[in-house]
Amino acid sequence: MPSQRSASPTVQSRQNQPKSLPKPLREIIRCKYLYLIFLIPFIYYIVFQYWPMYGILISFQDYNVVKGISGSPWVGFKHFEKFLFDRYFWTLVRNTLLINVYNLLWGFPAPILLAILLNELRSERFKKVIQNISYLPHFISTVVVCGMLVNFLSSDGMVNQIIKLFGGESIQFLMYPQYFRTIYVASGVWQSVGWNSIIYLAALTGIDAEMFEAALIDGANRWHRIRYITLPSIAPTISIMLILNLGRLMNLGHEKILLLYNGSTYETADVISTYVYRRGLLGNDFSYATAVNLFQAVIGVILVSVSNQISKKVGETSLW
Amino acid sequence: MLLKSRKPSENGGIGSRIFDFCNVLFMLCLAFITLYPMYNIFIVSISSAEHIYAGTVNFLPKGINFDAYRMVFKNDSIWRSFGNSILYTTVGTAINVVCSAMCAYPLSRKDFYGRGFFTLFVAVTMFISGGMIPSYLVVNQLRLINTMWAIVLPGAISTYNMIIMRTFFQNLPVSLQESAYLDGANDITILFKVVLPLSMPIIATMTLFYAVGHWNSYFNAMIYLNSKSKFPLQVLLREIVVAGNMADESADLTSNINIIAINFKYAVIVITVVPILIVYPFLQKHFTKGVMIGAIKG
Repeated sequence: MPSQRSASPTVQSRQNQPKSLPKPLREIIRCKYLYLIFLIPFIYYIVFQYWPMYGILISFQDYNVVKGISGSPWVGFKHFEKFLFDRYFWTLVRNTLLINVYNLLWGFPAPILLAILLNELRSERFKKVIQNISYLPHFISTVVVCGMLVNFLSSDGMVNQIIKLFGGESIQFLMYPQYFRTIYVASGVWQSVGWNSIIYLAALTGIDAEMFEAALIDGANRWHRIRYITLPSIAPTISIMLILNLGRLMNLGHEKILLLYNGSTYETADVISTYVYRRGLLGNDFSYATAVNLFQAVIGVILVSVSNQISKKVGETSLW
Repeated sequence: MLLKSRKPSENGGIGSRIFDFCNVLFMLCLAFITLYPMYNIFIVSISSAEHIYAGTVNFLPKGINFDAYRMVFKNDSIWRSFGNSILYTTVGTAINVVCSAMCAYPLSRKDFYGRGFFTLFVAVTMFISGGMIPSYLVVNQLRLINTMWAIVLPGAISTYNMIIMRTFFQNLPVSLQESAYLDGANDITILFKVVLPLSMPIIATMTLFYAVGHWNSYFNAMIYLNSKSKFPLQVLLREIVVAGNMADESADLTSNINIIAINFKYAVIVITVVPILIVYPFLQKHFTKGVMIGAIKG
């Protein structure tokens, strides 16, 4: 959002500069303190953001740590070809997409529903209490969440004790690939539903109370109000969030999966980013892992721009 | 507020009342599902082994004993990790907040020459990044592996948080900065003496975001640190609770019949979560404020 500021603090000094210097140089001298402030962040971005981007070049090389990027031999698209023709490629892409799609299907509507239901609560105090409780899991670390899952789902854990109570057989859930996605997605919803509802609740507080009054006078019931006032007023927020989420379809975080998966669940649990971690950092196959990562990143950028284009066509909201 | 006073007036319909009842019931279930796992962890950690084996520890602790906690507090590596976590969180958050402010302030100034270019320069990194391996290689080349700096420097600025901060700076009244300028202050003085004191709400929010992030993160520590004496709590927790790797503790466990591995694991979870639970009620207002500011921007 552009600010409304008109005069700048530095108007004063502008007149003191010698006229003879070229404009860019004069401007830089005028902003010299701002440049000084910006120097450290600038160095940070160069070293820890742009230098790694340059490092992507190793995906076209047979990178050798001793020789460095300048000394390692170039091999073109060798690693990309190797990955694309690997039979495991499809497993990885399928797992990455499926976990993300399930995550979106359950994780995306849940906070919207929660926000609407919270908004319908009559007692403000009760609403506040529930809100504060629902945010809490967001602050529990991934390691703790996974630690709880591993222990609750173990053969003598809480879940299996309940199953046994009803006469069922105990199941080691984390050892079977068919349960992995459910566990991942359900715990993800548990972690994030409250926190993600904040943004919708913020949009809901912006609704004009007069609209509800007018609707009441016209005889609208609860459902009508939700359907014709509440939902339309958070629709722009919903579509922005949807674009953001669609753009992230390929970028699945590895942190939680690394803690939950094991050799016997790779079939459904292994995704591109965990594969990059294993091949690259555990297997030291730097070039190949970087190529796999780049493949994922390129698809990710394409997805973001496509979903942005679609939303531009369909509605008026877009990211840029 | 007008809305609130209006709500009872349409109380009439029976459908509406059923809806309200179900809604409240749903919310109570939600609260239960959210809190019970954490509560269960706590009561199991203080219950005795025989009751845990019998599966009777459901809502109240049975055979209460604090042996597991005694064992946790006796454990040197847990203390060391706890200290490491505090160190990394403090240093990391300080670096985060100072660097983010130093990045956000020039970008918030309309008269910053090259503002458009530099905004693009930082915004690009939200969509494109080098990825895991090239980042690792950079840290490796800088010889930061197995030092604290590998944890605190690579994420010194979160571009997203920085942009929230920039938006906040942009909306500050410009008149104070102008008058400071007329009094002969330069931009550095203005940032630290005028802008930052006015920005305490956003500084508080950012501090919390960054601090919780540091306290809860494990991945960077796992890949960049290799000596156990430098591990933060989360990495140790991963070894003990998720991987179930308790070689160092097994001697203590076999000598005490009151507790089993799960007591110890859960006690470690409790002491990891407790610092956050202590600060949470006081600070959650600031957390949500940060999301709101970010949302308004978007």
